[in-house]
Amino acid sequence: MNVMTSADLRDPWVGFTDGAWRKSIDVRGFIQENYTPYEGDASFLAGPTERTEQIWQDLGFLLKQEREKGVLDVSADTPSSITAHDAGYIDKERELIVGLQTDAPLKRAIMPNGGLRMVENGLTSFGFTPDATVHEIWTKYRKSHNQGVFDVYSPDIVACRKSGVITGLPDAYGRGRIIGDYRRIALYGIDALQARKLEEKAELDDAVFDEHTLRLREELSEQYRALGELREMGLKYGVDMSRPAMTAREAIQFTYLGYLAAVKEQNGAAMSIGRVSSFLDVYIQRDMERGTLTESAAQELIDDMVIKLRLVRFLRTPEYDELFSGDPTWVTEAIGGMGLDGRTLVTKTSMRVLHTLYNLGPAPEPNLTVLWSAQLPRGFKDFCAKVSKDTSAIQYENDDLMRPKWGDDYGIACCVSAMAIGKQMQFFGARANLAKALLYAINGGVDEKSGKVVAPGFEPILDNVLDYDTVMARFDKTMDWLAKTYVKALNCIHYMHDKYAYERIEMALHDRDVLRTMACGIAGLSIAADSLSAIKHAKVKVIRNDAGLAVDYEIEGDYPAFGNNDDRVDEIAAWLTEVFMSKVKAQPVFYRNSMPTQSILTITSNVVYGKKTGCTPCGRRAGEPFAPGANPMNGRDKKGFVAAGASVAKLPYEHAQDGISWTASATPDSMGHTEDEQVRNLANCLDGFTQAGGFHVNVNMLSRETLMDAMDHPEKYPQLTVRVSGYAVNFVKLTREQQLDVIGRTFHAGM
Amino acid sequence: MTIALPSETFDGPHQAACHGFLHSVESGAAVDGPGMRYVFFMAGCMFRCLYCHNPDTWKLHNGRRVEVGDILSEIDSLAGFLKFAGGVTFSGGEPLMQAPFVGAAARAIKARYGLHIALDTQGFLHGNVTDDWFDPIDLVMLDIKHADPAKYRALTAQPLQPTLECADRLVRLGKQMRIRYVLVPGWTDAPDEVARMADLVASYGPSVEQVEVLPFHQLGTSKWDKLGLEYKLRDTPTPSRDEADAAREVFRSRGLIVS
Repeated sequence: MNVMTSADLRDPWVGFTDGAWRKSIDVRGFIQENYTPYEGDASFLAGPTERTEQIWQDLGFLLKQEREKGVLDVSADTPSSITAHDAGYIDKERELIVGLQTDAPLKRAIMPNGGLRMVENGLTSFGFTPDATVHEIWTKYRKSHNQGVFDVYSPDIVACRKSGVITGLPDAYGRGRIIGDYRRIALYGIDALQARKLEEKAELDDAVFDEHTLRLREELSEQYRALGELREMGLKYGVDMSRPAMTAREAIQFTYLGYLAAVKEQNGAAMSIGRVSSFLDVYIQRDMERGTLTESAAQELIDDMVIKLRLVRFLRTPEYDELFSGDPTWVTEAIGGMGLDGRTLVTKTSMRVLHTLYNLGPAPEPNLTVLWSAQLPRGFKDFCAKVSKDTSAIQYENDDLMRPKWGDDYGIACCVSAMAIGKQMQFFGARANLAKALLYAINGGVDEKSGKVVAPGFEPILDNVLDYDTVMARFDKTMDWLAKTYVKALNCIHYMHDKYAYERIEMALHDRDVLRTMACGIAGLSIAADSLSAIKHAKVKVIRNDAGLAVDYEIEGDYPAFGNNDDRVDEIAAWLTEVFMSKVKAQPVFYRNSMPTQSILTITSNVVYGKKTGCTPCGRRAGEPFAPGANPMNGRDKKGFVAAGASVAKLPYEHAQDGISWTASATPDSMGHTEDEQVRNLANCLDGFTQAGGFHVNVNMLSRETLMDAMDHPEKYPQLTVRVSGYAVNFVKLTREQQLDVIGRTFHAGM
Repeated sequence: MTIALPSETFDGPHQAACHGFLHSVESGAAVDGPGMRYVFFMAGCMFRCLYCHNPDTWKLHNGRRVEVGDILSEIDSLAGFLKFAGGVTFSGGEPLMQAPFVGAAARAIKARYGLHIALDTQGFLHGNVTDDWFDPIDLVMLDIKHADPAKYRALTAQPLQPTLECADRLVRLGKQMRIRYVLVPGWTDAPDEVARMADLVASYGPSVEQVEVLPFHQLGTSKWDKLGLEYKLRDTPTPSRDEADAAREVFRSRGLIVS
């Protein structure tokens, strides 16, 4: 029942406004001139079709096998590229949106450009055999990012990496956290995008051919080539993306295939899709006005896209899983927010995407991220709160903080990093361990676990009782050293990543001249702040080992702990954030003139950081996990989550522009007597947190009993989702140790 | 059924208005009054309810000594949030054990922030305060443990009559009430017991905005153990959802709003 006229077929933009977006690449302009804000409630949404339910059920069988094996299958002999694999299907006849990373669902690809060792470790740990030819190519003929980095690392960087004072660096895996503007493919088609890349390169024909220009020219050529490969990949599926999308289905298909090309080419730590919902809504709206799409059919298309996004997989190693547990991919989709002109960017498709959590059940991916503003329409706020209550699968980020900095067309890379889509990228920098750095300040740069000198040239503090001013003076110098070593390491990593594992297709979907941020980060903030608070407000005695090294601390008296809305310590945490950022900024060189930022985010690596850090002056035992992200230390926030959120909200976004992560949990029953009360209270809490300047919050609404039961009977809870720091995981995919850690951190004794 | 006696004599009401004893606070409570509540759990209680889930709040001097200014600074930065999302609740323990201090704190909160204030009480000590003490209180969450005096005493070690007088007084003062009734299998859940309570509550008319039927739970057990107290309800089961709903239905049948 296609009622499109032949005129419609000739002009893919028929029905859209005339505007500047037609003359240059301007997706935001297109959205602004064509989208329909939605202020109503969720009552229009449609359930899953029989087709959707059937496909999801079929996949359930494969997903179960995957859970049992860890990795279902690997395409071990075919290094992945945009065009390396033939078309793959779940069910060719019934799929509406097509495209898989390899030629079969859940079959993982290998991407040796990041590092051959990661690939081979990943294969052997899951019982697969590395391929001899691949080995030969990446040892004899081709160098990887990982090799490049270690060719230039200095001994001090290697020592920091080994001791864990800097951890999680993307030097052996893809850095990720780059978001291609996949919408451009649907709006303009590949021919136009390639033509623009040629222009961008031609504009540099008369530039001075220095290293900067030459690198850029080479990159533009690669980008052009990658777009051609994307066209070729589409044709394998019978999809011609040369010209713009004509229908909603094509718009979704083209956008998804663009994303698919990125995850075929890059095993990035986080591979966000961006902010596609309200863009796609324009196409859905147009088809509905044409009479070619019903609500049920529109939902079916969104459901099918989300099914595909739920299948994205990477081959990773057990060491990697220790850092980022539960196989996350961070297919982050940013939803909602407000426009610069005051209209909401919420559309019906914002709701449709969230609704997939009902139609397909809860899932950790895509990483659905609501851009929250006090100005959002009530109907949308209530729906989000309800979805959170029912699924624990959403994270919230403060649009009112980000919009003034990054405009109203930014997405979220990974967990909390905002970037204007197609105009900005980041160099992901993992994080420095501030809690351990404090121990280095006390021990004069000697590692408290190994006894080795990691930071040379420092004197230890020999006092038996720690003096606040003395510790602060030494800590200040230690942070100078840490920032210097850290930024050196990041410059090495990103120079080599650009050289050996350049993100061709993602960068092809950017403007030529982008803003680059150097995204540093800190871990252990609440421990460092609590330790300084203990030293200041209580009496902290040092316990030394035979070698005279401070290895434990005895606290006499009470001290205010971070997470209780107490300025005496919250100000220390805010100060630490600001001062470490200033030390990073003071470094002389940032690769490609990138702009330094930092995050307060640990993902699940808070467990690993804890393992690598000795006893701290706050009373934390050696090896005990850190709190995730900017969370207060487990059990020390004694006044409930509103006071904890108030403490976290005091951390200055100005000095942590890569984001500040907080994970909050409650049981549904504790949030109100009725569902209406629970929804209203949660929405009000989100308003309160964002109005106080809070940046990010993961909301978990789960009962302890459910999680305990899921530990013993995982088969009953294949889709149980919990949010950890910045992402969500399938609870049953965690190890028992990790599950216990999540439960311990999620539920306080009083709850 | 034996009459439970307090395991030790209670401290007696605290008469100072300038300072009080605070057991703890909860900033994110959502079932202690309308919306999100900042709850002050005041120390001290003269009841020894068999099913108490906070026996650690019984003793007044288990609390931290605080002044009205401390209470204000607890909520100062959150007042904007509490204004639209809920308010403040004084609970315990039994807040009327420190009536002069709680009254002063409630008046100060009302004057400075204009927040909604709820009082969570058994009403037993209401005779110690004047009518105007209730002025800053917007809602009283009145805990009536049982409608039968003998059973009430068995459960709480105190007489029922003062609580009933408190309810009458609140009706006279035109205060809004929420009645809380804990459903304890074998103690408060017999059909005639529930019916008698429902009739009693219905007799207060429109002053009662809501009835909360709270199923007994075992979450307080570890606190009894920690305090070395004998916990008589250790083997008492938790009412099922159906049982709780059936009790709620009895209240509803009297035209009451129940949650």
